[in-house]
Amino acid sequence: MKIVVCVKYVPDATADQQFESDNTVNRVAVAGELSGLDEYAVEQALQLKENAEDPESVTVTALTVGPEDAATAVTKALQMGADDGAQVVDDAIAGSDALATSKVLAAAINKIGDVDIVVCGMASTDGGMGVLPAMLAERLDLPQMTYGSLVQNKGTEFRVKRDGDTATEVIGASGSVVIAVTDQSGEPRIGGFKQIVAAKKKPREVWSLADIGVDAGEVGLSAAWTAVESVEARPPRTAGEIVTDEGGSGAKALADFLASKKFI
Amino acid sequence: MSEVLVLIDHVDGAVKKPTFELLTIAKRLGEPSAVFIGAADKAAGAAEAVAKYGAEKVYTVDDAEIAGFLVAPKAEVLQQLAGQASPAAILISSNIEGKEIAARLAVKLESGLITDAVDVQAGPVTTQSVFAGSYTVQAKVTQGTPIITVKPNAAAPEESAGAGAVEAFAATVSESAKKARITKSEPRVSSGRPELTEAAIIVSGGRGTGGNFEPVDALADSLGAAVGASRAAVDSGWVPHAFQIGQTGKVVSPQLYIAAGISGAIQHRAGMQTSKTIVAVNKDEEAPIFELVDFGVVGDLHSVLPAAAAEITQRKA
Ligand SMILES: Cc1cc2nc3c(=O)[nH]c(=O)nc-3n(C[C@H](O)[C@H](O)[C@H](O)COP(=O)(O)OP(=O)(O)OC[C@H]3O[C@@H](n4cnc5c(N)ncnc54)[C@H](O)[C@@H]3O)c2cc1C
Ligand SMILES: Nc1ncnc2c1ncn2[C@@H]1O[C@H](COP(=O)(O)O)[C@@H](O)[C@H]1O
Repeated sequence: MKIVVCVKYVPDATADQQFESDNTVNRVAVAGELSGLDEYAVEQALQLKENAEDPESVTVTALTVGPEDAATAVTKALQMGADDGAQVVDDAIAGSDALATSKVLAAAINKIGDVDIVVCGMASTDGGMGVLPAMLAERLDLPQMTYGSLVQNKGTEFRVKRDGDTATEVIGASGSVVIAVTDQSGEPRIGGFKQIVAAKKKPREVWSLADIGVDAGEVGLSAAWTAVESVEARPPRTAGEIVTDEGGSGAKALADFLASKKFI
Repeated sequence: MSEVLVLIDHVDGAVKKPTFELLTIAKRLGEPSAVFIGAADKAAGAAEAVAKYGAEKVYTVDDAEIAGFLVAPKAEVLQQLAGQASPAAILISSNIEGKEIAARLAVKLESGLITDAVDVQAGPVTTQSVFAGSYTVQAKVTQGTPIITVKPNAAAPEESAGAGAVEAFAATVSESAKKARITKSEPRVSSGRPELTEAAIIVSGGRGTGGNFEPVDALADSLGAAVGASRAAVDSGWVPHAFQIGQTGKVVSPQLYIAAGISGAIQHRAGMQTSKTIVAVNKDEEAPIFELVDFGVVGDLHSVLPAAAAEITQRKA
């Protein structure tokens, strides 16, 4: 059985994020890391392997699309326990929108071939739209099991608990599937020293667009189907008034403030 | 004038408020045509509701055969409708399902997709708030039919009677779209309070409540507000996950957001930073949440909140 887990390289969540002069996100200036939410995807991929009848026969491949440095995301997944890694790197990819990124990911998954399960995170922490897993399911023509807070399977019968907008649902599907998991799905493991050493020896593939059969003209900023017209930094919030509660004064002051803003 | 398709967001035929906002926006872009995918016997009621907000046409699609499958069939229905109507744009509510429908539709129609718009003007030109509200971005779809998901409160819904001409649409949904079955669905029990993403006022509680949400509930009810929570409160099992505000919870933008016993971690901020007015009650004057607030009270929420609730109730009386 083959499992592919899609991992994204994102700017450090605590760093300030910036735009470039061409209105794309600067993905180089800030130190990057594996998107925190994709660690949950790696965890579920590893659990699917461990719970398989014959775990030895299952491979978990960590796949990323991104700049050179995105190798960091794959490394982290390998340190957590993924078996091998694959990265699509190509100058032409810079500035790709979700539609193009999903095209590249789908092509890479087809290149890996005979993939049984694709696992994604719920959204990228760098302002992702949370739409990629649905796009992948569409492109790969596989059942979509997204926003999963619990993943269960018996062989190729899958059940995923989905925390939807107005209801909690159980989604069922069989055969090959695309699963996306939330941060409610189970805490990701932390790779130990041994795993970190072992990760260095794990096989990794690096592919260009040509290697996976995607035309460079179909991706990147110039091929994006949306265009940013303008970007404006929001003015910083002006410091508000802070009062210290003493014997009930805080509640009164709060009510006064709310009244001044016409909330009461 | 070209049609603008608006997918109706509803629960058992009861149309949700953001749909009326979408119709209001649709009027800026063309002629609003609402799309109802649901039970046949609920279609007339829904059509009547959307006609009040300017729907000239209402396409109704009986979902008897597709209701049991996740997302994919709805994207197919919209694809087929778009093929027939050649709309100027397709507007969908920016919630989990709405974004996923839009995502699949964008692949099918080979059209650009913009999600989480907080405003849409003629063009259509969208406004989005990104990086936890630190930037405002204006964008346009440059290929195909613009598909735009719009966040709640992006426009004030304006009543204006539309013709509301009902047109049954017979979609043919492929077997391919019926691969992910919904085997069980438990509607979330309504709290009787406003829905988080639509609420004008939200009072949220965090770890500082120590598990006692009574003061939070009391203040919320005195203001007619929705109740939210930090992930710490959710992870502790004090409130359901549906209450969570933040990066991995709901992203809200109410007129007033009151954070009680919440430190203001970056992931929490990501979900509330664009609120108009922000208030915090926290016993630690160093708590980072105070950097954001318009008004803050350094104090114990267990005494400040009940007293404030009483004061507000009294002033309102
Ligand atoms: C991938 C990822 C995703 C995440 N997503 C989210 C998310 O969507 N939403 C979210 O909220 N968090 C999220 N988090 C968690 C986030 O990092 C914080 O851990 C969380 O927001 C902290 O919750 P808190 O403020 O309630 O708790 P704490 O940080 O522990 O703060 C509690 C606050 O309460 C105050 N306090 C204590 N007692 C009282 C009292 N009696 N009266 C008044 N004040 C009191 C304290 O001074 C303190 O400031 C995420 C984290 C990760 C890694
Ligand atoms: N460049 C990428 N490389 C690999 N996986 C990605 C990439 N972008 C998004 N993903 C996957 O898609 C999920 C949702 O991403 P998004 O739609 O960007 O919020 C992420 O959690 C990842 O699992």
